Amino acid sequence: MDELKTTDGVTTEMAAASAAAASAAAVNGTAGSGITTQYIVIKLGDEQYGIDIKYIDNIVRMQHITRVPKVDSYLKGVINLRGEVVPVMSVRIKMGLPEDEVTKSSRIIIIKLDQQGFIGIIVDEVKEVVTLEMEQVEKVAYDSKDEKGNFISGVGKCEGGLISLLDLNLVVPENS
Amino acid sequence: MDVSQYLEIFLDETNEHLQSLNTQILSLEQEPDNMDTINEIFRAAHSLKGMAGTMGYKRMQNLTHDMENVFSEVRNGNITVKANMIDILFQCLDALEEYNANIRESADEGTNDNEPLIKQLTDILKGGTGDVSEADEEETETESEETVQGAEEDESKKLLDITLGESEMTVLSEALKQGKQVYGLNVTVQESCILKAARAFLVFKAVEEYGEIIFSDPSAQDIEDEKFELDFSLIVVTDSALETILSGAKAVSEIEDVTGEVIDLDRAKALVKIDGETEKVHKDKKSVQEETKGKAPAKKESAKAKASKAETNAVASTGTAVAQQQTAASAKNEKKAAPSKPVVNRTVRVDIEKLDTLMNLVSELIIAKNSLVSASNTTEGKSNAEVNDQIEYLESVTTSLHESVMKVRMVPIESVVTKFPRMIRDLSKKLDKKMELYMSGEETELDRTVVDEIGDPLMHLLRNSADHGLESAEVRKERGKPEVGSIFLDAYQDGNNVVIEVRDDGNGIDTQAVKNKAIERGVITPEQAENMTEKEIIDLLFNAGFSTAKTVSDVSGRGVGLDVVKSKIESLSGEVEVKSKLGVGSTWIIRLPLTLAIIQALMVVVKDEKYAISLDSIQTIEDISVDEVKLVQNKEVIHLRGSVIPLIRLNEVLDIPEEGNPENLIVVIVKKGDRLAGLVVDELIGQQEIVIKSMGKYISKCKIISGATILGDGEVALILDANSLI
Repeated sequence: MDELKTTDGVTTEMAAASAAAASAAAVNGTAGSGITTQYIVIKLGDEQYGIDIKYIDNIVRMQHITRVPKVDSYLKGVINLRGEVVPVMSVRIKMGLPEDEVTKSSRIIIIKLDQQGFIGIIVDEVKEVVTLEMEQVEKVAYDSKDEKGNFISGVGKCEGGLISLLDLNLVVPENS
Repeated sequence: MDVSQYLEIFLDETNEHLQSLNTQILSLEQEPDNMDTINEIFRAAHSLKGMAGTMGYKRMQNLTHDMENVFSEVRNGNITVKANMIDILFQCLDALEEYNANIRESADEGTNDNEPLIKQLTDILKGGTGDVSEADEEETETESEETVQGAEEDESKKLLDITLGESEMTVLSEALKQGKQVYGLNVTVQESCILKAARAFLVFKAVEEYGEIIFSDPSAQDIEDEKFELDFSLIVVTDSALETILSGAKAVSEIEDVTGEVIDLDRAKALVKIDGETEKVHKDKKSVQEETKGKAPAKKESAKAKASKAETNAVASTGTAVAQQQTAASAKNEKKAAPSKPVVNRTVRVDIEKLDTLMNLVSELIIAKNSLVSASNTTEGKSNAEVNDQIEYLESVTTSLHESVMKVRMVPIESVVTKFPRMIRDLSKKLDKKMELYMSGEETELDRTVVDEIGDPLMHLLRNSADHGLESAEVRKERGKPEVGSIFLDAYQDGNNVVIEVRDDGNGIDTQAVKNKAIERGVITPEQAENMTEKEIIDLLFNAGFSTAKTVSDVSGRGVGLDVVKSKIESLSGEVEVKSKLGVGSTWIIRLPLTLAIIQALMVVVKDEKYAISLDSIQTIEDISVDEVKLVQNKEVIHLRGSVIPLIRLNEVLDIPEEGNPENLIVVIVKKGDRLAGLVVDELIGQQEIVIKSMGKYISKCKIISGATILGDGEVALILDANSLI
C-alpha cells in the first residue's frame, strides 16, 4: 500500500512539474531555433543539476534501501520498484560530496540508460522541469582540479539561474 | 500454397529426423549389415525428402532424394557400406542442417546447391551398382504402378460404400435439379506422409476452388484431427468438369492418387440405402456395382470403363479369384490396423516466451501470497482460524502451481547430447586418436532455458577431453592403457541440482605444466606459484586466454574455451569443478540448479538485516555454546558429530559491525559437495518460498550474494550464495 501511495504522489508531482514546464515553454516559446531538450532540475547540496528527461523512468520517494555488502561505497543497495529489484546509487558519494542526508524532500530518480538496466540515483530534491534550447546550453571546459566537473556535459541558463547538466553516462557506473 | 503455418512443425520434425539419422548412421558404421538400422535410415531420409518437397525446399529435397537413393541401394544389398560413404553421408547431414538453419532464420533454404555432395552420392550409386540400379528402378516403377492400380480398384469399391444422410441427400438432389454436377472423389494419401491432416486440408482447399464439398467421409473434423488412415472420400457439387477437379487435387504433393466419378440422383439414392458395413465384403460390393450400373446408365466414359472393368473382373473371378480378393481385402485390413492405433502424442507445442510469462505470473502470485501471509500474521487480533486455513490452502495451491509450471518447462538433456557421439567420431578422425564416448542419463531433465544454453559448454569440455585429455594411441599403449580412449558423459539428479560429469581416462591435468605456463604468461609470479595448492593451479585453467595445448588446433587451444565454459555455467547459477589425477584422467563436474526462479529458503537475520539461504544447501541448524568454538590455524572451527567444521561469521563477511558477545551461537551448517561450513547468524525467521530476482548488472561484483528477493512486506532481502562462502 505504502508503495502505491508513493508512486501516486510522484505522478502528480511530475504532472505538476511538467505543467509548470509547459507554461514556461509557452512563455519562452517564440524565441530560439526550436531544438529543445527537457531537463528535470534536481538539487544536490546548494547546486542545481539537470537530468535529461528522456533517461528518466520514474521518480519515487525515499524508501528503505537494502544494503548490499562488498560493493563500491556509492552503491547504496537495492529497492523494490513495483516488484523489480533496482539498485540505488548515491550521486553525492560518486561526486565526492558529503553523504546524503535523508529529508522529506529526498527522492530516488529511476534512470534507464540505453542497453542497460534500471538504476536509481538519490537526490536531495526534485524541483521542476525546464525546457532548454540549444542556445541556452553552454559547454563547459573540463577542469581537472574540480572533481565534479567530470560528470557535467554543460551548463544551462534559465530564469532559475544556472543548471549544471549531468552527463549520466559518466555518473552511472559501467556495467561490470 | 501457404505453408508458413507448418514451418515450426517442419523445423522441429526435420531436427528430429536429422538427429535420428545421425545416430543411426553412427550405428550403421558399427554394424553395416543391420537391416533395422538401414530401414530406419531409409524411413527418416524418405520423410525428410517428403517434408522438404512439401514445403517447397527444392535443394533440400534434391539432396535428400539422392541420399534416399543410396540408402535404397544399400537396403537392396546392391551397395555395401564403406567408410568413405559414411563420411559423405555425414557431410550430407551437415549440409541438411545448414539448410535447416537457414530456414529457421529466414524461412528460405539458401542458395547452396551442394553439387559436389550430390555428385559424390551419384558416384556411390554408379560405382556400387552400375546398370543394375537402373533395372531396379524400372522394376520399382512397375511395382508402384501396380500398387497404384490396385489402390484404384480398392478406392472405386470404397466410394460406393459412402453412406449419405437425409440432409446431404436433399442438398444433392437440389444441386442436381439446378443442373450442377455432383462428383464423388476418393483421395489416397501417400503412406509416408507425415502431415496427413495438412495434406487433406490442402486437398479440401484445392477442391473448394471449383465447387462445394457437401460431404466427406470421415467427417471434416476427423480429418482435421488426423483420425483417418490413408484415404478419404468427398462428394462435391460443382459446375466444373471432373478432370479439372481431379488434377487440382492431384497437384497437392504427397497425394498418392485421386479418383472420381459422377454421381446422379439414382446413384445417390443407392448410396443412401447402402449400409456402411458392406465394406470390403465382395458379394455385397458386387451387387452394389450391378445395382449402380443398372440404375445409372448415364455415366461418364471413364467411370463406365472402370465399372465394366470391375465387372469383367467379377465375371472372370469365379471361385479362386473370389477367395484371392478376399484374402487381399483381409490383408489390407491387417495393414490398416497397424497405423490406426494412436501413435501421435497428445502434445501442444508452446512458445517458450509464453512459458516465461506464465512463470513470471506465478512468481508474482507467490509474492502476493507471501504478503498475505505476513499481513495475516501482523493483524493477529483480527485474524481467525478460517482465514488461516484459506491462506494455508492458497499456499499449497501456489506451491503445486509453481511445481507444475516448472515441470512444463523441463526437457530432457537428450536433445543436446545426441549430437555428441557424432562429434567425438569426427574428432577421432581429425585428431587421429582412437576414442569412444559413453553417455548415461540422457533422460535427466532440466529447465528448457538451461538445456538450450548447456550445449556449448559441454561441447567445449568434450573437445577439451578429446584434444588435451586423451593421449595418442602409442602413448596409451606404453602406459598400459587400452588403445581406445574413453570419454564419459554422465548426467544425474542430485537433490535440487542436476550434475553433468565429463570424464576421460586420459592424461589428467599436469599441474606443473599449468604452473609453468601461468608464470610464462605472467598470470602468476614464481613466488605465488610456490604456495599454490593443486586446486588453485587447476582453477588457473579457467582464466581468460589460458591454454596449455602446445599447438593451436582448430579443435581446441584457442584458449577461449574454459573461461567461457565457466562464465556460461555461472550465468546459469551453476558451477564447474575439476578433479584430476595425473596419468589417470580428469573429471569435470557441472552442477546446475533444477530451477532458476523460485526456491525454498531459510530466512535468517544478521543484526537487523534479513538474508535468505537456499534450503538445498542447508544440512542442519545447530545451537552451539561459545566455549565449543576452537581455533585451528587461527580459524574458528567447531567439532560436530565427528567432523571439524569451519565457522563463518556472517557479520564479518557482510561487513556488519559486531555487537555483544552472546553465549550461544546459532549456526546454520551448509554443504557444498562433501564440504561443510557453519554460518553464524543472529536469528532465524523460518522457511519461506522465495522468488529469485536479478539485482541487475550494476551489482554483479558481489560474489556472495546470488540475487535478491522481495518479501511479503515489500522489503528486499538478499540471497546468500552458500557455495561461494565455503
